[in-house]
Amino acid sequence: MEIGRLMSERAARDGRPLNFIGAGAYEHHIPAAVWAIVTRGEIYSAYTPYQAEASQGTLQTIYEYQTMIASLTGMEVSNASLYDGASGLAEACLMAVRANRRSKSLRILMPKAVNPTYRKCVHAIAGNQNLRFEEVGFDAASGQTAFDSLARHTGEDITAVVIQQPNFFGTLEDVDRLTDWAHKQGALVIAVVNPTSLALLKPPGEWGEHGVDIAVGEGQPLGVPLAAGGPYFGFMTTRMEHVRQMPGRIVGRTLDLDGRPGFTLTLQAREQHIRRGKATSNICTNQGLLMSAATIYLAIVGPEGLERVASASMARTAELVAELTRIKGVREVFTTPRFHEALLRLERPVGPVLEELARRGIAGGYDASHDYPELGQALLICATETKTTGDIANYASALRAVLGTARAA
Amino acid sequence: MSDTQSGAAQREPTIFELSRPGRGATAQMPPPLAAQVPAELRRRRRPLLPEVSELQAVRHYTRLSQLNFSIDTHFYPLGSCTMKYNPRGCNQYAMLPEFLGRHPLAPVSLGQGVLACLHELQEMLKEVTGMQGVSLTPMAGAQGEFAGVAMIRAYHRARGDLARNEIIVPEAAHGTNPATASMCGMKVIEIPCNAEGDCDLDALRNVVGPNTAGIMLTNPSTLGVFERTIADIEKLVHAAGGLLYYDGANLNAILGKVRPGDMGFDVIHMNLHKTFSTPHGGGGPGAGAVGVGARLLPYLPIPVVGRDGDTYRWLDERDLPASIGRLSGFMGNAGVLLRAYIYMRMVGREGMQRIGEYATLNANYLLARFRQAGFEPAYPSRRATHEFILTMKREAREHGATAMDFAKRLLDFGYHAPTTYFPLLVPECLLIEPTETEAKEALDGFVDAMIAIQREAAADPSRLKGAPYTLPVRRLDDVRAAKQLDLTWKPAA
Repeated sequence: MEIGRLMSERAARDGRPLNFIGAGAYEHHIPAAVWAIVTRGEIYSAYTPYQAEASQGTLQTIYEYQTMIASLTGMEVSNASLYDGASGLAEACLMAVRANRRSKSLRILMPKAVNPTYRKCVHAIAGNQNLRFEEVGFDAASGQTAFDSLARHTGEDITAVVIQQPNFFGTLEDVDRLTDWAHKQGALVIAVVNPTSLALLKPPGEWGEHGVDIAVGEGQPLGVPLAAGGPYFGFMTTRMEHVRQMPGRIVGRTLDLDGRPGFTLTLQAREQHIRRGKATSNICTNQGLLMSAATIYLAIVGPEGLERVASASMARTAELVAELTRIKGVREVFTTPRFHEALLRLERPVGPVLEELARRGIAGGYDASHDYPELGQALLICATETKTTGDIANYASALRAVLGTARAA
Repeated sequence: MSDTQSGAAQREPTIFELSRPGRGATAQMPPPLAAQVPAELRRRRRPLLPEVSELQAVRHYTRLSQLNFSIDTHFYPLGSCTMKYNPRGCNQYAMLPEFLGRHPLAPVSLGQGVLACLHELQEMLKEVTGMQGVSLTPMAGAQGEFAGVAMIRAYHRARGDLARNEIIVPEAAHGTNPATASMCGMKVIEIPCNAEGDCDLDALRNVVGPNTAGIMLTNPSTLGVFERTIADIEKLVHAAGGLLYYDGANLNAILGKVRPGDMGFDVIHMNLHKTFSTPHGGGGPGAGAVGVGARLLPYLPIPVVGRDGDTYRWLDERDLPASIGRLSGFMGNAGVLLRAYIYMRMVGREGMQRIGEYATLNANYLLARFRQAGFEPAYPSRRATHEFILTMKREAREHGATAMDFAKRLLDFGYHAPTTYFPLLVPECLLIEPTETEAKEALDGFVDAMIAIQREAAADPSRLKGAPYTLPVRRLDDVRAAKQLDLTWKPAA
């Protein structure tokens, strides 16, 4: 009782601001049925499905999840999920080293337009195994990864190239060109993708002539609440030829003693509880609860619903950019087509502006000026299908007031 | 117990077989708004997602859930996994809409409530483990292990001691220990345990030296016994310049009684989904907070919650420049951390002591009953900690009934199987952990089931080989699963 009161007080203190932040976690409508089912004891309090006969519910859900995510990314196989998108990219880099046997260099080309926290996380996790990450710059006008600085490496031994679509700025990359260039160098391509966007955008499996080799991303937009940063889940898909190099759990369909179909964990010889020091990864978690939420979310919204969520988010962001850039001293940094995020430049330091907006109950975006000092006073904003024209107008008038106040002071 | 056909009624087709073109939960969709995607970047074919009504989806996943065992429905005597009750209140309060709606990158002025909870959790975990600092960011036990070994590595490197690239791991350790050491670029040195379940000190003496980065220990060990030579191990490893890593998988046994910090450990990870009762969720999310002694404080993974007077904020690269870095996209599994926080506040300091006591009492009660019934403990001279190992090697020899057969037959009796064939060094083993939340009746029922199965094994071992009979499926063909890979559903051609 006491703790209930305390938690309610603390929750009330944090309030429910109107949110326009993206930068890797996105606020979408979650049908009530998703979490009503996921918090059933039979899912919430179940163990890892090592005893297959007693875990058919979990296992079949994973099989359905693998099918949906593989199809969404246009790839052949999916694992049962990883911790989150950032650590998933680190696992993908380590996997690329195992899968690209022709490359000896352990060099990975990492565009600066990839989410900066992902890049830090990849260094922390994969850096201990002597991988070398080399930055690739972006074009100051378009916000796209600069093909010139990539082409500088033509003819070199490169293990893999990372491409994020949409990139951290929300900008759409020329993924076909980047993918084909990487493959010509004998490098594997690791795609980092937003799952919602894939309802509209060409899936990584179809990038360039041959498609990418590994696709990863943050699964949170698919039915998982923002929840202060987690738990979320990471997804990973690949080509069948690399399935034995994939980290994490994988579920397969097979037959039981009576010849009837059933589901079980498979290819376990890759994993730590069997291979110990020689395993593909030390991971022994999939984010089962969150993966279940995503599966139920995708089943309820379906292909039509996901497409509408993606289009509405894209349209709302366009509307938000149009409204905010009408304010004096607010400009959009890049001109290239974007998905549901955009980078704005202010004439004042972003941090204090965001604090002012917070006092007015608005979480106004992500201050990108620390990660990208070269971009000046840069603010990354996002609107999803959850934002109405009225919400956007509220944000615009609050920002107008904040910037106006500053001029007066 | 009816043996045949029981499973057939419990089948559920895949969601894709329920799908019909054009069907959908329209009420859950936003109105159509046009979006301008450049033609060359546009998706051409729709993904294979089910087209079903909301009710169909709800019914399908509710039915699937009913095919599972879970703590809420079944007893899991699952050694080293600490499958205790997940209090509903923890879930309810962690899912308050303000917590769920908070964007991780929103200004901290909009997150003082949640940060206060996380800061207090850090402090409470420091207190129960006897460590100097805690980071909550690792997203699972294995990531906590990774953080621990990465900190050990960073510590030696910062001193210019680059030769220390070996991690010592007892052979009874969880598979994640050696896998983690490899992920950190370390060489794994395995050492044996003796017949009484203690670490072999002579073997340890032979391998420690100028290349030793550290040792990873689980205490109580995965053999279900307390490491009696811990003081000697501590002296040996520290004297050789190595650090001690505590794998908190079995922390439940000693909660409120002994603190790893007081045993001389330099770093520890805790499995909040075990000891502090956050849900397993069918295989995650976990949370693997790490605690460190003074030497490793500068290397803690970021972000960590800091406090300036009455305000909380995230400490990042600027505050901890020597940190091993970030392990997640934001700050770890915040929602899991909130559940652990609520659990610890509900249990309180006194309750915390009773956890270790009752977990140990339940384990020793079970062990005593199994002895009485003629089962063979793997370490007969030792008392159980919070778990213990039975070896079924006699049953295997006399009747051909293996530990796996017992495990599968237990499912028919409504008990989740204990941990089987782990640790690998005990033949035909069942690792059994009842936890403190099970009532005496549940423990007795489990022993009775084991006795009944033992009788079956003597009378008709083939009965066990065919088990389970009453679950949605019978034993599955794992070889076929691995050879004829069927990893995604495909429409009939």
